[in-house]
Parts: sequence; structure tokens; C-alpha cells
Amino acid sequence: MQVQTHVDIHSEWGIVAARQAGRKLAREIGFGSVDQARITTAISELARNIYLYANRGQIKIEEVTASGKRGIKIIAVDEGPGIKDLRRVMEDGFTTSGGLGAGLPGVKRLMDDFNLHSELNEGTTITATKWLR
Amino acid sequence: MNPFIRDIILEHKEEIMETWLVEIKKFRSDDLLQNISDTMYENTNREFVNKLTHTIQKDKDEFQDDLIQFAERLIQLGWPLNYITRGLQEFRKITVEALSDTGENYCKSIEFFQEIENWIDDIVNLLVNQYSGSWENTVFLQKMALKELSAPLIPVFDNISVMPLIGTIDTERAKLIMENLLDGVIEHRSQVVLIDITGVPVVDTMVAHHIIQASEAVRLVGAKCILVGIRPEIAQTIVNLGIDLGKFPTKSTLKKGIESALEMTQRQIVEIEE
Ligand SMILES: Nc1ncnc2c1ncn2[C@@H]1O[C@H](COP(=O)(O)OP(=O)(O)O)[C@@H](O)[C@H]1O
Ligand SMILES: [Mg+2]
Repeated sequence: MQVQTHVDIHSEWGIVAARQAGRKLAREIGFGSVDQARITTAISELARNIYLYANRGQIKIEEVTASGKRGIKIIAVDEGPGIKDLRRVMEDGFTTSGGLGAGLPGVKRLMDDFNLHSELNEGTTITATKWLR
Repeated sequence: MNPFIRDIILEHKEEIMETWLVEIKKFRSDDLLQNISDTMYENTNREFVNKLTHTIQKDKDEFQDDLIQFAERLIQLGWPLNYITRGLQEFRKITVEALSDTGENYCKSIEFFQEIENWIDDIVNLLVNQYSGSWENTVFLQKMALKELSAPLIPVFDNISVMPLIGTIDTERAKLIMENLLDGVIEHRSQVVLIDITGVPVVDTMVAHHIIQASEAVRLVGAKCILVGIRPEIAQTIVNLGIDLGKFPTKSTLKKGIESALEMTQRQIVEIEE
């Protein structure tokens, strides 16, 4: 059984807890300091989006292996309102909250694999993986 | 309290107290109570049980003050709340048992149990309130202390100030950064402000956004902002996020930042030759 952590996000403290859990696992897997920073920043973006747009949800962090490679997988799950403008959400600068709108496209660039699934009034699930080189 | 109950409790007071003192000693294994000396434990137990029996003899105002003072002292000494709640539960159990054993029919009635229940509940509420009030106070004071530490603006030279940021930046702190920056710039008549983010563990888009907004606000009040202490890994993630800091003066270290701030205010540090 590989390591898996769940962090509930319902306040800003949850965001900090998720980042710390992510940094710890990334370090254990053997990621260097730049990748640790990328992974923690990606977690921070996803967790903050949950807190801001869905009020509550969960960040799951786990170690993964595929064809001999090790990696870290972040799964952000919420049962919030879902993302209306799925196409534009991946454009740099798209925001509905007066933010920078760089969160989701940023996470995609920070990580290696990125997958977004969202349904209106159902919720959003975002999965992002970083592989150890 | 019903006078019959009061009298019967007072009649059996010694017996109740003795049993309680025996029972309460068993809690001693509790971690938090272990570093209290034996004499201290004995004396406090006696005092506690005396105070409890006083609650039926004195009038409310008097015993309340008494109990509150007792609780304050326990709080000061760091006794766990658990000692009080368990002590009272035990006290109620022993009292009910002792009085049921008297064979008095009334002592088996629901009314009797309710009287005892209310009596002890009042005491529990009073003491727990005292404890939680003291915790709230502590948390409040710590929050204030943290707030003062969280975004200080330090004038280092005439017209040059530094804001060292250490730790996580949440929404509340971001607000403070903005307020302190603007107030400080005006108060110290700063021309250049250096924001040092060496100690900020994660710079995500929210943190970047707040820093960008803060430095724009500083520009509006007529000063300039230099961002310093961007660690190499942070620089890379900022680029990955697609945030353009090109418009903002940045320096890798506080030292270099101060040098360029001096330059911007037409000054420099020179070594004096003997
Ligand atoms: N979990 C989510 N649930 C609903 N909407 C979301 C969620 N995450 C992101 N969004 C929407 O996508 C937009 C872009 O998100 P992001 O790229 O992180 O930029 P920002 O948070 O700065 O607006 C948000 O403004 C919001 O409308
Ligand atoms: Mg976002």
C-alpha cells in the first residue's frame, strides 16, 4: 500500500496543511527543491480554488508508480458549483473573482499530467501528477 | 436547594468527602497531574471538596465568588480542566450512592436525582466557563502578538524601509501587509520600500497578486517598491505560473536591494580610509 494523505479543505488552515503534507511526501519520494516548490504551489492553487469557489472539499496526495517511474499525484475534489466556462478556464488571466486567473493554467505547467473534470452543480475533480526524473 | 436534601447531604458530609478523596487519588495517574507534588495534590483535593459542600451551605453569590477564585488559581497553576470535570462526576456519583444507601425513600425519587443533577450542573458550568474564558483570552492575546509581528515595516535609513515577511501569507495577513506598508511609507516618509520574501514558504498566485497590488499602492503614494529575497526555486515557480514580474524591480538579496535603494536616493556606502 502506497502512501496516501487526505486533507479536508474548509478554511485557510486546510490549505496550509495540504501544502505541508505535499511537501513532506514530495521530499520523501526524492524530488529536489525546485520540484518541491512546484508541487506545493500547485497544491496551494487547487486547495485555494476549493476554498474560494466550492467552500469545502478535499485534497488527496499519493505516491504513484508507472512503468518504473515514481511520482506524486494530487487529487482535488469538491462538490461545489462546478466550472461554467470550461474552455476559457485554462486561458491565462481568466478569472471570475478578480484574481490573477493564473491558477489552473499555472498548475498545468507546474505539473506533468493534468486532468480536469467538472460538472455544473455537481462539482469539480482535478488530478495532477509530477514524475520524478 | 430542597432543605431535606441539604440536611441529608450535610449529615453524610464526612462520609462523602472521605470516599471522594480516595477516588480522586486514582486520577493521579493522569499525565498532566503527575508533576504536581503529593502535598499540593492532597491539599487541593481537600479544598475542592470543602468548596463543594460549601455550595449548599452558603448563598449563591458567596459560593460563586469562592469557586471562581478557586478555579482561577487552578488555571494559574496549569491544572487540567479534566480534573474538575472528572472530580465533579465522581462527587455526584458518590453523593447519590451514599444517600441511596440511607434507605430514605425520597432518595430514590426522580425529583431527588434532578436536584442533585442541577446542583452539580451549575457548578460544572461555572467552572468550565471560567476555564474557557481564560483560554479565549490567551488565544486573543496570542493573536494580537502575532498580528504585531506579522508585517512590520522597519525604517533602516532615511527614506528607506524594509518589510521582512516570514511565514505563510493568508488573506488576513495580506490585508495587514497592505495597511502597514501604506501607513509606514507615509509615517517614515519612505521613498523606497523593500519587501523581503526570503521567509515566505510558498508564493502562489494569491500571494503574488497581493504583492503586486501592494507595490502598486506604494507607487500611488509616491514611493517605489523593490521585491527582494526571491529564492531560485520560487523564481522558477513564479515563471511557471506565468506571472510577469518584469514590471517590478527585483533583487536577489536584501543586501543588493539596499544598495540599489541607496542609489535611487542618491547615496552610497563608502569605506573610510585611515
Ligand atoms: N473548484 C472550482 N469550482 C468552481 N469553479 C472553479 C474552481 N476552480 C476554479 N474555478 C473557476 O475557474 C476560474 C479560474 O481559476 P484560477 O485559474 O485558479 O484563477 P483565479 O482563482 O485567480 O480566478 C476561477 O475564477 C473560478 O471561476
Ligand atoms: Mg485560483
